[in-house]
Amino acid sequence: MATEPEPNARAKEFLPTMKRLLGRFRPVRLVMSAAVVLVALSVGFTLIGPLILGHATNLVFEGWVSSRMSAGQTQEQVVAELRAAGDDTMADMVAAMVIVPGAGIDFAALGAVLLLAIGVYILASGVEWIANRMLNFGVQRVMYRLREDVERKIHALPLAHFDRMRRGDVLSRLTNDLDNLNQVLSESMGQIIRSVLTVVGVLAVMFALSWQLTLVTLLTVPLTAVVIGLIGVRSQREFTTQWKSTGVLNTRVEESISGHNLITVYGRGDSTKDAFDAENDEVFRSSFRAQLLAGLMMPAMQFIGNLVYVGIALVGALQVANGQLRLGTVQAFIQYSRQFSQPLAQLGGMAAQLQSAAACAERVFELLGYPEEPVEHARATLPDEPRGEIEFRHVAFGYSPDTPLITDLNLRAEPGTTTAIVGHTGAGKTTLVNLLMRFYEIDSGQILFDGVDTSLLTREDLRSHMGMVLQDTWLFGGTIEENIAYGKPGATRDEVIAAAETCYVDHFVRTLPQGYDTLIANDGGNLSQGERQLITIARAFLTRPTVLILDEATSSVDTRTELLLQSAMQRLRSGRTSFVIAHRLSTIRDADTILVMDHGDIVEQGAHEELLAHGGVYAELHAAQLAAGGSLDDVEA
Amino acid sequence: MRLLTLLRRYLFDYRGMLVGVVVFQALQTFGMLFLPTLNARMIDEGVAVGDVDTVWRVGGWMTLVAVGQLLCNALAIYFGSRCAMSAGRDLRRDIFHHVIDMGQQEVSAFTAAGLITRNTNDIRQVQQFIVLSATMLVMAPLMSLGGIVMALYESVELSWIVVVTVVVLAIAMGVIVARMVPSFTVMQERIDALNSVTRQQLTGIRVIRAFVREHAESQRFATANEGVTEANLRVGRLFALMFPLVMFIIQAASAAVIWFAAFEVEAGTLGVGTMMAFIQYLLQILMGVMIASFMAMMLPRAAVSARRILEVVDHPIAIDASGSTSALPTPGTVEFSDVEYRYPGAEAPVVSGLDFTVPAGTSLAIVGATGSGKSTIASLLVRLVEADTGAVCIGGVDVRDLAPETLTRTVGFVPQQAFLFSGSIADNLRFAAPGASEADMRWALQVAQADFVDDLADGLDHQINQGGTNLSGGQRQRMAIARALVGRPEVLVFDDSFSALDTATDKALRAALAEQVDATLVIIAQRIATAQDADRILVIDHGRIVGLGSHEELAGTNEVYREIIESQSGAHHAGEVTRGD
Repeated sequence: MATEPEPNARAKEFLPTMKRLLGRFRPVRLVMSAAVVLVALSVGFTLIGPLILGHATNLVFEGWVSSRMSAGQTQEQVVAELRAAGDDTMADMVAAMVIVPGAGIDFAALGAVLLLAIGVYILASGVEWIANRMLNFGVQRVMYRLREDVERKIHALPLAHFDRMRRGDVLSRLTNDLDNLNQVLSESMGQIIRSVLTVVGVLAVMFALSWQLTLVTLLTVPLTAVVIGLIGVRSQREFTTQWKSTGVLNTRVEESISGHNLITVYGRGDSTKDAFDAENDEVFRSSFRAQLLAGLMMPAMQFIGNLVYVGIALVGALQVANGQLRLGTVQAFIQYSRQFSQPLAQLGGMAAQLQSAAACAERVFELLGYPEEPVEHARATLPDEPRGEIEFRHVAFGYSPDTPLITDLNLRAEPGTTTAIVGHTGAGKTTLVNLLMRFYEIDSGQILFDGVDTSLLTREDLRSHMGMVLQDTWLFGGTIEENIAYGKPGATRDEVIAAAETCYVDHFVRTLPQGYDTLIANDGGNLSQGERQLITIARAFLTRPTVLILDEATSSVDTRTELLLQSAMQRLRSGRTSFVIAHRLSTIRDADTILVMDHGDIVEQGAHEELLAHGGVYAELHAAQLAAGGSLDDVEA
Repeated sequence: MRLLTLLRRYLFDYRGMLVGVVVFQALQTFGMLFLPTLNARMIDEGVAVGDVDTVWRVGGWMTLVAVGQLLCNALAIYFGSRCAMSAGRDLRRDIFHHVIDMGQQEVSAFTAAGLITRNTNDIRQVQQFIVLSATMLVMAPLMSLGGIVMALYESVELSWIVVVTVVVLAIAMGVIVARMVPSFTVMQERIDALNSVTRQQLTGIRVIRAFVREHAESQRFATANEGVTEANLRVGRLFALMFPLVMFIIQAASAAVIWFAAFEVEAGTLGVGTMMAFIQYLLQILMGVMIASFMAMMLPRAAVSARRILEVVDHPIAIDASGSTSALPTPGTVEFSDVEYRYPGAEAPVVSGLDFTVPAGTSLAIVGATGSGKSTIASLLVRLVEADTGAVCIGGVDVRDLAPETLTRTVGFVPQQAFLFSGSIADNLRFAAPGASEADMRWALQVAQADFVDDLADGLDHQINQGGTNLSGGQRQRMAIARALVGRPEVLVFDDSFSALDTATDKALRAALAEQVDATLVIIAQRIATAQDADRILVIDHGRIVGLGSHEELAGTNEVYREIIESQSGAHHAGEVTRGD
């Protein structure tokens, strides 16, 4: 999808981000360090395993040799016989063995060794299992806390922040980035620890066995680097191209399906298909290349493994011939060298994953780093039953410091009166609401509630006396009852129904099969726009606020539902100090005060009749509305 | 299974490449199986006796085989990727082309969002599966089979160990994978639930703050967060067990081979080198089993996606676009004769008994409550849906007999949602009339009151974002109207296209239409103000015609029409009005 973060986008600051990510593991450091110790143990057992199995092989081999000798001979006699026969190599080998000629395979000893091997493997696997579970627990605990912190952050950030950022961008950080981080951490954490410890352990054992052969094995490292440089980097590039072209294609798909009617009516099917085909070919080309290059990584690494194998065999053979090394050592070494290249390749493969995780973590940390709204301490409180007098005194405000929107706004609303606000889009109507609710803080001046400066109140105290019905009918994914009771948790069913009846919600809710227990679908698909709006009115009604803010846009509902809405809002308003953002002049004729706003300033102020008599902007708007017999909509910029 | 149908259909064209995959994969596997033998020889005949010449010789061979294996593997990967990506491309093309050919009826049955998901996410799922099939699926059985053959070749007596181990491993993997698949499903559901809470919190941020519900929201989130964590832990526990268990089974099998081989060795029926080789082959067989198990894990998701894709691709298209009439006997007329239309499966028709004629060059406004069937009339006119009974004629010809390009040229349509495509303003205007000149476009913009384009620095070349998000609602609406005008069609259909315009613009636009456009106008209107100047007004209630006449005629006599006028004057109280539905 177009909103997905680029999977291969690199973190700008890889190391600091990783350090910070590791820091998040501090609360679970005990579990994590215990897990690391267990992984180390498991790696140790896994490294001993081949040695024991090798011993078992030797037992079989020696038994086989001994069975071919006649009983009663001593080992020295056999060696001497072999030398006499000119078979020096065999003589050397037999000399190095512990052999009772003619005894055959010592099954008791073999059984014991094999049981020991199985015991060690059980230990290795068991310890690894426990370690994996601990890592799983640790990672999940850290992810839980990270998600929690990010969610807390949503509520702590100033609203200005969300207006500045694209909503899709925030959402993507909260969902895709956290998901991806979770996936990489839970999949790779164990692997990374294990691979690193294995590489270290194997390296140590190999050095102990033969430093010359170890040097040959270490050739793997530069060769792997070359492969990653040749193939890995290119494949990353192709994956980026693939991601981009897929984005283009998906945009085309979304757009064409959304505008499907137009394509049909205007007969543009063929040209749309052609454009799609071209983009589809591009996706094919890049995804094919990306897939091919990524696929080649594994065989290339295998090839390196084989080359190094030949190298070890060569040097090993030379050393065996010179008597510097024993055959068993070479064989054991080969076993370990196999265990060396595999985790190395894994680490190489994980580098890309880590990069993408770091990029995700960086975006999440960036969000967590934004400055929060300051924690407030109440320096004043409102009485339990405030009167609802609102006053703006010399208020100045701008969304950004360099472009002031409101310079000197003064207004006074007496308790229980209705103030209507009219004006074009961008005139500052919504800004007034933002300031009143303290979604934004004013730059200078004062807003008073019953004579108390609202900046001295906590936001919670202030907002608990305010009610709001917005044009954007936000309902959450719960039942209708829960949505109505949203602002007043613990409201009884009777209270909910009473509010619903007053606001014309009861009627249509009763026609739904589950009534008030109907779950509101994700996009509210089971309710019409008007019905959703009525529910939001009932929601505000139930909280019995002292001051009310109404945004009256109802252009998307039919005229009869609109009448219900108007009437419900009127009932909600009675006896409360109300601010109404008006879209149709007919509904606010009876407002006590009408504010006409333009460019952040109140250009006219007064009752309907006064303003008509004044013959200014309001009178003009009114005349236009009368002539059209319709509504006063926002005039587009 | 639908997944198989889909694979068969889309891989068939690339069977040549698939053969290539199988051949080179087989060669590669052969090389892989041959290498242990060479390894053994190099140790036994070279290193063990310190014979450097033999090591050089066998090492040379080994390098050669390794190079060959690398090449074959690369070729197999080449053919595999090419074949998988080609099949993916064809699949994307087919589903998209089919969706474009659909009518409104099919699109709304699947829903736009559903079609988008099928075109993107579902395709991605299936494509991933095809990629794996074309590479792994071939390799897993080859590896297992090759391993089995070689193991049997080395020792028939020990082969029962292979059988036992494979069965044990298959059962272990089967049990884990069988638990993992439903756990993954649960996990995905919980992640969706968590994301849904997050999305709601972001969209409702003002409401949450206004009602001081941050704390309750955090609790709601915490519940979802715990759900996700719990599901993650469950999947994690399965993974934590899987790898150690598999490793143990493999290692225990090696120990078992040594134990039982020892008897054969003592009896002289088996060499020690053979025993070592046998262990190598056993490992390869087990690798094959593991790969197969991972495939099994991907299968359920891919199968669901395959079914969803085929549902779309195999869905028949109701509208037959083979009409060929291009000559219109009475240009500009619109005629509905006794038209009825119902949505598939609906009890009652949306519209019925529609019978009216719009003479060329006149205007007809259609008014009625939401849900009364106004938009269906527009859809019938432009043939987004087809009448079940009766006929819709344009220029005197049934729209079903018209050549699609003739219908397109004759009728201009402005939809309810003013949708614009990404691209320049000129691109959007030429969408309706590819050959339009700049003068044509300027004229259309001027009639549509879209003079804001003149104020843009780059004018007609101004880029519009996807969905037209960088224009205001009113600007988008005027652009959509201009788009319909550019081709100077004989009939113009406006589906509630004026509601986003302010009253002054609405008026100016209708005046300009009357003066400068020579076309039959069908205007579906929300506001009486928009409708009242039309030559005639059609009043629709519950899908039926309840009035037809001028504003003055209807205002005097028509009950429904009067009610609409009154509801818009704001004089009435809602309590006196009953709900429309």
